[in-house]
Amino acid sequence: MTAATAPSASPASPGLAPRSGSRRRRGRAAAHTALGILFVAIMLFPVYWMVNASLAPGGNSLNTTVLPLRPDLGGYTRALADQGPNLVTSLIVAIGAAVLSLVLAAPCAYALAQFRIKGTGVLLFLILVSQMVPGIVIANALYTAYTPLGLINTIPGLILADATAGVPFAILIMRAYLETFPTSIVEAARVDGCGHVRAFWSIVLPVSRNSLITAGIFSFLFAWSDFLMALTLTTGESIRPVTLGLYTYIGTNDTDWSAVMATAVLSSLPAVVLMIAAQRYIAAGATGGAVK
Amino acid sequence: MTTTASTVPGVPAPVATEGSAPARRRRRGADQALVRYLFVAPAAVYVLAFFGYPIVKNLVMGFQAYDFTTFFTGHAPFIGLENYTATLTDPIFLRALRNTGLFTIGSIIGQFVIGMGLSLYFRRRFPLSGALRSMLLLPWLLPMIASAAVWRWILEQDHGVLNRVLTGIGLIQESIGWLTTSDTALISVIMVNIWLGIPFNVALLYSGLQAIPEELYEAGQLDGATGWKSFRHITLPMLRPVVGVVLLLGVIYTIKVLDLILGLTGGGPANATQTLATRSYEMSFIEFDFGRGAALSNILIVIALLFTVVHLRAGARAAEKG
Repeated sequence: MTAATAPSASPASPGLAPRSGSRRRRGRAAAHTALGILFVAIMLFPVYWMVNASLAPGGNSLNTTVLPLRPDLGGYTRALADQGPNLVTSLIVAIGAAVLSLVLAAPCAYALAQFRIKGTGVLLFLILVSQMVPGIVIANALYTAYTPLGLINTIPGLILADATAGVPFAILIMRAYLETFPTSIVEAARVDGCGHVRAFWSIVLPVSRNSLITAGIFSFLFAWSDFLMALTLTTGESIRPVTLGLYTYIGTNDTDWSAVMATAVLSSLPAVVLMIAAQRYIAAGATGGAVK
Repeated sequence: MTTTASTVPGVPAPVATEGSAPARRRRRGADQALVRYLFVAPAAVYVLAFFGYPIVKNLVMGFQAYDFTTFFTGHAPFIGLENYTATLTDPIFLRALRNTGLFTIGSIIGQFVIGMGLSLYFRRRFPLSGALRSMLLLPWLLPMIASAAVWRWILEQDHGVLNRVLTGIGLIQESIGWLTTSDTALISVIMVNIWLGIPFNVALLYSGLQAIPEELYEAGQLDGATGWKSFRHITLPMLRPVVGVVLLLGVIYTIKVLDLILGLTGGGPANATQTLATRSYEMSFIEFDFGRGAALSNILIVIALLFTVVHLRAGARAAEKG
């Protein structure tokens, strides 16, 4: 259909082509933008509705209006009172998992990209396959291993388990970057008497800052969003990430939707903040981990 | 693919420095070889402990009576294939298998078609196209359980906005219990999962589209290939490797989805949204029968593995042909 209309557009008015053509083009661009905004608005409607419902007046969202004209922060007060400690737990676990992921992944990615040592092919294959392993497989096994080790209901236990998402991803992202890293720079430093460790610490790491940030942001978000490990590897209320807090909140509190939605908003904040503040790293990570 | 190509220019450089300090290098060689392995060792140990061990442990547990008493006595007697026969003859398993299939196929088709449409649309250059496209990523970055919570509220029977809008415009007479009736629960869960998966599809397909050289379309235009024809004969063939990756990753992510279903329906009502992953969770952590839970998750791994093998073989065939 477009094939038929596109060529017919040009011979329509050859005389006054330049002006009306550019105006028409501008009009079409505006229409494209408008339609694009509509698509994004439909896609992001649930996010809007989450914010809207969290501000609904009267302590419950049953009378949610289309626009929060009389925003009520009561939902947030109750959410913070109930979920405040859980938010802190989530923050500690997510930062811990991001740091652990980077500490494990950065040297490994460098070695995989630059050293030709035996066994790296196997390791790389295992890392690729590991992304295929369902979380429930890991949870099943970790629960049985954590119980005798006393790691159930502990922050380190959660950090170690949550890094299962970050470690393979960080290795793949950083390796993809370090493959393009010119060997000559490190070689030159090594000729000058610099060992592998120093070359890595003072040359490779500073230069690969961007891929470190991308890997760190995603490892943080993976751990922050984790639900399954929190659900299976904690049993009480003492150590409870906000995702699990939200889940139990839905079950016990389904009349107070504005508090539930306020918790959902609070638990979504890191993603939103990072998406705005670190847009280009997010864009790099969105495709970098998958297409090799 | 691009990465391997771009390392090539770097290759001659080390060869040039090779001769400059051979003695010093050899002297340090032995220590440095050990140091090299130390770079890999921590990550290797972690991968073995947190991926290798769980896989082996699940395989073994699948043959054991591993239940509540095991945690007290430490005994988990081997019982052969009992967990598997019990699993396969369980009517809920068949339901879960069917649901997993429908959930996966429905989600993949929906995500891919809408994702492809959106990436083709945002490929055109118009004001704000970049900003709008990056906003589309947001649902993918939110905690899945937060998305589940808000969708639960949107789909709520008596006060949810969907029913209010649908009754408001007269499309339905009575409000529908989207997540609470067995007829609609699975469809609703699939719809929400499609919404969740669109950003990922857009991100990958869009970057795939960007990699197709503009000249191909210009050449195609001269031969009269525009619109659908150029999509069919230029875009699709060029995009095939990316499409393969998107579909494979889509399947692998979708068959193991757990957060979303637990958050929306918990597998109910009456197992209407029970999948292999939720059932495995239920067997292990609700029924405390880790043997049966492991058997289920092993079946899940085998299915994921099958798709990977099919994908790799298709890739190898395509490489042979090309």
